[in-house]
Amino acid sequence: MYLRADSTKCSGCRACLLACSLYHFGENNPKKARLAIIPHFPNPGTFEVRTCTQCGECAEVCPVDCIPQNEKGAYYIDAQECIACMACVDACPEGVIFVHPDHEAPFLCDLCEECVSYCGPGALYIE
Amino acid sequence: MNGYAGTILRVDLTKGKITKEPLNPELARGYLGGRGFAARILYEELEKGMDPLGPGNKLIVATGPLSGLLIPGAGKTTFAAKSPATGGYADSSVGGLLCAEMKYAGYDAFIFEGISPQPVYLFVDDEEVELREASRYWGQGSITLEKALKEELGEEFQIATIGPAAERGVLYSCVSHDFGRQAGRAGVGTVMGAKRLKAIAVRGTKSISVADLDEYRRISRQMYDACRASEAWETWTRLGTSGVNMWSNEVGSFPTRNFQSGAFEGAEGLSGELMRESIVVTDKACFGCSSPCGKWSHSKKYKVRVEGPEYETAALLGANVALSDIEDVAYANYLCDEYGLDTISAGNAIAFAMECFEKGIITTEETEGLELRFGEAEVVFTLLERIAKREGIGDILAQGVRHAAHLWGKGSSDFAVQVKGLEMSGYESRNAPAMLLSYMTADVGAHHNRSWAITYDIEVGRDKVTEDKAAKVIELQHIRPLFDCLGCCRLQWVELGLDLGYYAAILRAVTGVDRSWNDLLQISERVWNLTRAFWVREVEGFGREWDYPPARTWKEPVVSGPTKGKFVSREDVEKLLDMYYAQRGWDKNGIPTREKLGELGLSDLVKI
Repeated sequence: MYLRADSTKCSGCRACLLACSLYHFGENNPKKARLAIIPHFPNPGTFEVRTCTQCGECAEVCPVDCIPQNEKGAYYIDAQECIACMACVDACPEGVIFVHPDHEAPFLCDLCEECVSYCGPGALYIE
Repeated sequence: MNGYAGTILRVDLTKGKITKEPLNPELARGYLGGRGFAARILYEELEKGMDPLGPGNKLIVATGPLSGLLIPGAGKTTFAAKSPATGGYADSSVGGLLCAEMKYAGYDAFIFEGISPQPVYLFVDDEEVELREASRYWGQGSITLEKALKEELGEEFQIATIGPAAERGVLYSCVSHDFGRQAGRAGVGTVMGAKRLKAIAVRGTKSISVADLDEYRRISRQMYDACRASEAWETWTRLGTSGVNMWSNEVGSFPTRNFQSGAFEGAEGLSGELMRESIVVTDKACFGCSSPCGKWSHSKKYKVRVEGPEYETAALLGANVALSDIEDVAYANYLCDEYGLDTISAGNAIAFAMECFEKGIITTEETEGLELRFGEAEVVFTLLERIAKREGIGDILAQGVRHAAHLWGKGSSDFAVQVKGLEMSGYESRNAPAMLLSYMTADVGAHHNRSWAITYDIEVGRDKVTEDKAAKVIELQHIRPLFDCLGCCRLQWVELGLDLGYYAAILRAVTGVDRSWNDLLQISERVWNLTRAFWVREVEGFGREWDYPPARTWKEPVVSGPTKGKFVSREDVEKLLDMYYAQRGWDKNGIPTREKLGELGLSDLVKI
């Protein structure tokens, strides 16, 4: 399973970011989301959606092997074991491992599908 | 305080000093936020008689309790001040993401006071707040500057800017944000320019707390599902407000050639469907909105990219100046966005000048040789530049049509299409008395957004001038601006039919305060009467006379189109006001009575 995005359908509303932070942290905070929306304005005037591709780079570079996969096949960071070295953040080719001062460990998408359910234009989908 | 950030930032631009004040729970309780905060703060803190362009005016930038939350359209920020265009109350709401970012940074509102000795911009990064020098940005276009600041500070920053028009004091300068949304009306941008505040940049990484997380998420889910399931979702998302263009033309409300008529023979070139096919690149949303009505367009003809044209721009800078090519309108839109001009007032002013030229009231002597003819795109572009730079005839038009008509005389005031000094927006209303009354009584001047009543006129019979029409205008004047207090968009209700019942419910879950929809409407009525009281205090002799529409309304029937021959008689204009004032509990001069003020809890604040 993968979380994919058709960026041409993204309108930049950021509901996905809020849905994500609410589901995982119980907070309204787009800076705590596990996907990224990057606007490119004024030229060409489109939004780019970056989601985790489950490439496994993070798991490979983790010095303490604390990035297993869940039952959906999604990589996740075991916050208990994490030593906050940030190697995974640097290694991620998509830039979709996120950090926030409130939390010691970084966090990434676990394929919960909340964002998909809030996307009006249907830019996000599970494949 | 759940739903609120809890802090107001007060910025003394004269001294260069910033103070953080706790949000007063009484203010939140009595006024909710957004426009509510603005009206209360302006009435309470502004000394009577302040020059709108002087240091005594204040610019309020306010979020609402629903801003930045997972609610469809949670991205509306209110900019408010005493208006340099009208001398009365001004607020204008801008979409995008600014209010969300303000709350994540920890601020419910900014209050700008005084005048900075040098151009500055406000930099906000969570707790870190400072005024940074902006002299090197002075003179830059709004859109260009937003791009430069995002590159310098980071894409995460939400930026609001003014353009060179505001710097020069054009009375209808706007504040721009998110590459193409504006707080456009009544010169709120002009006030920002007078204060030498070139931009605002905000980033926030905090969370917004809510009282009942589960209930909030439950209702939020329902709102998103309902929006998506709406029959109107597909068309609204595809066309946005441009879907109104052809409808307005068909019902004869599309203002044409300075509101001489309500239908434009070239309207098909401005149709929303044609626009989508020919220039639209991306559907662009405001914060949290699942029905993105913004249209990011690329004009190959002019090699520019611009948000829009929105309905109002297609109306005032399209039909109203007789331009029938949407790309011409898109370029005019682009110029306005970079200069930082309200497209509505600018289009209205240009059309006014064109009609005066047509009638020989002004000649090429006044226009530096330029022939001001309807339908000439190059003339429109040239005039926009002259207005923004306040050169030649541009300097007169920059002060609005009321001023221009006063200067040029010869009966031109009859067709200076404005109320209270604010140019009328995009609905020709000589066959829509409720819409006319909306324009007459809107609390910023002739703007449609308080009470978009034209569909009611059409529904119950256009010619009727009856009590129910006044009642409908009042009802809408309470409902629609309530969204500006909540800090979220009303178009999910207006266009998608989203049930109003959701709003009281989700506000309760967010704030933990138990209020019914009627309780909220009463707050909105309080704010309405407060802004009226502001006009009474600030405008010498304010009353009924200020609610009149231009004399064209009764003197000249519509010249062509589906409403040809229609007008609203002087008697009916008086009747509309009589009914409206009586239903509002105001006296015959349109002044709120002591009883009404007492009922709304305003007796201590407002002494009339």
